Amino acid sequence: MSTALDKLFALVARLSSFIILVILIAVFAILFKEALPAIQAFGIKFITNTRWAPNMDIFGGLPAIYGSVMSTLIAMLLATPVAMGVAIFLTEIAPKFLKGPVGTAIEMLAAIPSIIYGMWGLFFFAPIIRDYVGGNGLGLLTAGIVLAIMVLPFMAAITRDAMNTTPDVLKESAYALGATKFDVIKDVVFPYAKAGILGSIILALGRAVGETMAVTFVMGNAHKIPKHIYDPATSIPVTLANEFTEADSDLYYASLFYLALILFVMSFVFIAAAKFYFFRKIRSAK
Amino acid sequence: MLKRLTFLGLSAALAANTLMADRISGAGATFPAPVYYDWAYAYHKATGNEVNYQSIGSGGGIKQVSMRIVDFGASDKPLKPKKLDRKRLYQFPAVIGSIVVVYNLPGIKDMQLKLENKDVADIYLGKIKYWDDKAIAEDNPGLKLPHKKIVVVHRSDGSGTTFNFSYYLAHVNDDWANNVGIGKALDWPVGIGGKGNEGVSNLVKQTPYSIGYVEYAYKLKNNFKAATLQTKSGKWVTPTLENFKAAAKYASWGPKNHFYQVLALQPGDNSYPIVAGTFILLPREKTERNKKVTAFFDWAFKNGDAAAKKLGYIPLPASTKEKIRKYWKMHGIAPDQ
Repeated sequence: MSTALDKLFALVARLSSFIILVILIAVFAILFKEALPAIQAFGIKFITNTRWAPNMDIFGGLPAIYGSVMSTLIAMLLATPVAMGVAIFLTEIAPKFLKGPVGTAIEMLAAIPSIIYGMWGLFFFAPIIRDYVGGNGLGLLTAGIVLAIMVLPFMAAITRDAMNTTPDVLKESAYALGATKFDVIKDVVFPYAKAGILGSIILALGRAVGETMAVTFVMGNAHKIPKHIYDPATSIPVTLANEFTEADSDLYYASLFYLALILFVMSFVFIAAAKFYFFRKIRSAK
Repeated sequence: MLKRLTFLGLSAALAANTLMADRISGAGATFPAPVYYDWAYAYHKATGNEVNYQSIGSGGGIKQVSMRIVDFGASDKPLKPKKLDRKRLYQFPAVIGSIVVVYNLPGIKDMQLKLENKDVADIYLGKIKYWDDKAIAEDNPGLKLPHKKIVVVHRSDGSGTTFNFSYYLAHVNDDWANNVGIGKALDWPVGIGGKGNEGVSNLVKQTPYSIGYVEYAYKLKNNFKAATLQTKSGKWVTPTLENFKAAAKYASWGPKNHFYQVLALQPGDNSYPIVAGTFILLPREKTERNKKVTAFFDWAFKNGDAAAKKLGYIPLPASTKEKIRKYWKMHGIAPDQ
């Protein structure tokens, strides 16, 4: 009886993981199929063409691809150091009575829907950028900063959890050997939590690259490669959200699917590269 | 067998539902959505019949009615007769709206700013960069224009409003016609994009020294300041209902080509240059359903003018309404009496 149940359970579990694979392949196949007319029309040059003129059936994906990559990059550059700082503070430095409330506050920040960040960015943050940095407030920089603020709590929470798993014995032995707090964080906590920290960065990256609502509000929605960092730009998800409902020519429709396919492949490559490169390195180091 | 039974039950339930009251569904343009909602509400109160309209954009409306998902589609861009034949659709106008050029310029009042038609295009081309540019200043000798960069706001989504606006720009400025062209979504030379009339309104509202184009109803709702433009022959004309109506008078819509005509830049001394009809699309083979849709619009043509005016739209001229009724009869889709 129990072996039969075990077998059934194994089968169900196997099936579930199999479904994930099927869905992944099915999504890719549909994106590819729908994008095919655009792939045939523009080929690989779609990625380097900068003009997006739907009324003339001219489509180039570079502005959207560039906007996606750059806004994510700005967000990660700003968010990662701060998130590390927050996590270190919470695990190693903060007194006990602060740990609870601050930790909960960060978890709550991570749960705020992205559209709220977008509205806050548009009505409060964009004017600040306009007055103190330049441009008209909506653009790549604003999008990057809003994204950074959005992924920061998320990254900090996961990094904190990863750092918390460092066994106290290890830390105490380091202190016993005369290590300073900085040494312990650098040489004990960080190496121990490395996998978790990288995981948090990758998850945050995935969220930033696919974020739509918050970015639509603050990016300026212009199919141009921005000259200055504060100039308006667009990203792939923003383009899709803005233009799908009105895409009435077949090539327009296919080009949007082409962009979606590129986004899909892009995030796939990001994560695969991170997984194979970094995690193997960590494993071999251990 | 069981499946069959539930199916029968379902269709019986649906049939019972339609017996009690007619329920028609439409989808499309956002531009006339406020007036369709108002009409649908009043129609429901008067007749008990329901009209469910989804404002998803003209492109979506064309797509959904072409795929026969909804009873009628709505588009701000008239489809050419050839395309109507290919998609097997009927088309007629429902109401007229107008597009105004709004600005956020502290100290300058509504309709005080005068913009030549070709200068509007030059601003949207990025050729006129500052508010005190000579081209603008020479038309506004009494105004103190600031030396500030013009923040151009346009639509980020495809839109019938953009189609009509770019049609106007292309006919008043050769540069625009040759380099940007006419369409629902464009390769904008400069500016920032907002989604929908609401998105553009928000951006103009909160960005000093900005300029944008919105449907007149949104100008009223947001208390925007709108620019005085020029008639086709170059006379100054203010954005008022009166002048919109003066332009609408010139509509030469007719049933022969399924009412295909873009209304921008009509002749006449008081014709505001950017008025636009908004159109209803019906699937040709669904005669019975179409009669229910035309019944709604017939009712709206009779009883809905006041509501349309209140919202900032222009009702169709009586002669056009007559032509539409003739068109319905011609194709056998006039409402049952």
